Amino acid sequence: MAHALVRAASPLLGTHGLRRKTRFFTVLVVLTSVCGNFSLGWGMRQVGSLIAVSPLAYVRAVFNPFVALGISLLILWLFSHMALLSWADLSYVLPITSIGYALSALAGKLFLHEEISPWRWAGILLIMAGVALVARTAPHRAGGASVSPGVES
Amino acid sequence: MKWLLVAVIAAATTLSDVLQAAAMKRHGEIRDFRPGALGRALALLARNKLIVASVAAMAVSFFAFIALLSVADLSFSVPATAASYVLETVLAKYLLKEPVTLGRWAGASLVACGVALLAL
Repeated sequence: MAHALVRAASPLLGTHGLRRKTRFFTVLVVLTSVCGNFSLGWGMRQVGSLIAVSPLAYVRAVFNPFVALGISLLILWLFSHMALLSWADLSYVLPITSIGYALSALAGKLFLHEEISPWRWAGILLIMAGVALVARTAPHRAGGASVSPGVES
Repeated sequence: MKWLLVAVIAAATTLSDVLQAAAMKRHGEIRDFRPGALGRALALLARNKLIVASVAAMAVSFFAFIALLSVADLSFSVPATAASYVLETVLAKYLLKEPVTLGRWAGASLVACGVALLAL
């Protein structure tokens, strides 16, 4: 699935288009984490409380379809996150992908009917401002240590 | 119980992210997105000790996270996992030697404040 996605987007991924590549993988990381967490949240509502139960309860939780979907999306998240970190700094990736927190809160309101207080709205605005600020910096250190070529060429 | 889970998640996430970032920095930029090349890169990374440790930490964080989801709202759980946020930026600067510029600090601080507000 990841392969198909990446192939579909290959026109976006020119070898020199670091910014575009970064944008594409940022969107992928954010979407998979938001949808994955949402699906997990939905599934765990059906599964019920896991605290103070045997490990078997976790196994049963994993077989809930929404939990399983959430796990699949988070595996896709892991791969796109690793790819992004192969050229972008952690201190760039962290704030940029945190737009997902704002989207998660919105998903909680829209689909799970969770309350968004004025404080939460303020939090969402601050996150967006922070993301906009960091997005303007270069994703990678100048003259950094992106060595060991030939591994995947 | 809720806050114990948050602490476990924060510690495990921080560990996982820093290990993963260190491993990927050493691996170098992924440029070839053809399936075969991606598969080879993945096979190589699956044998990387740092990646294996990172995934193990991620698994701990994941099970603590679904336990948290089973007792708390999604809109509490997700922001609460960002408790590791500032710590990770500090580690990125001193451990991974990343150039954390003024813009990044400012952005990271704004995001951290925003995430804290979300948890209210």
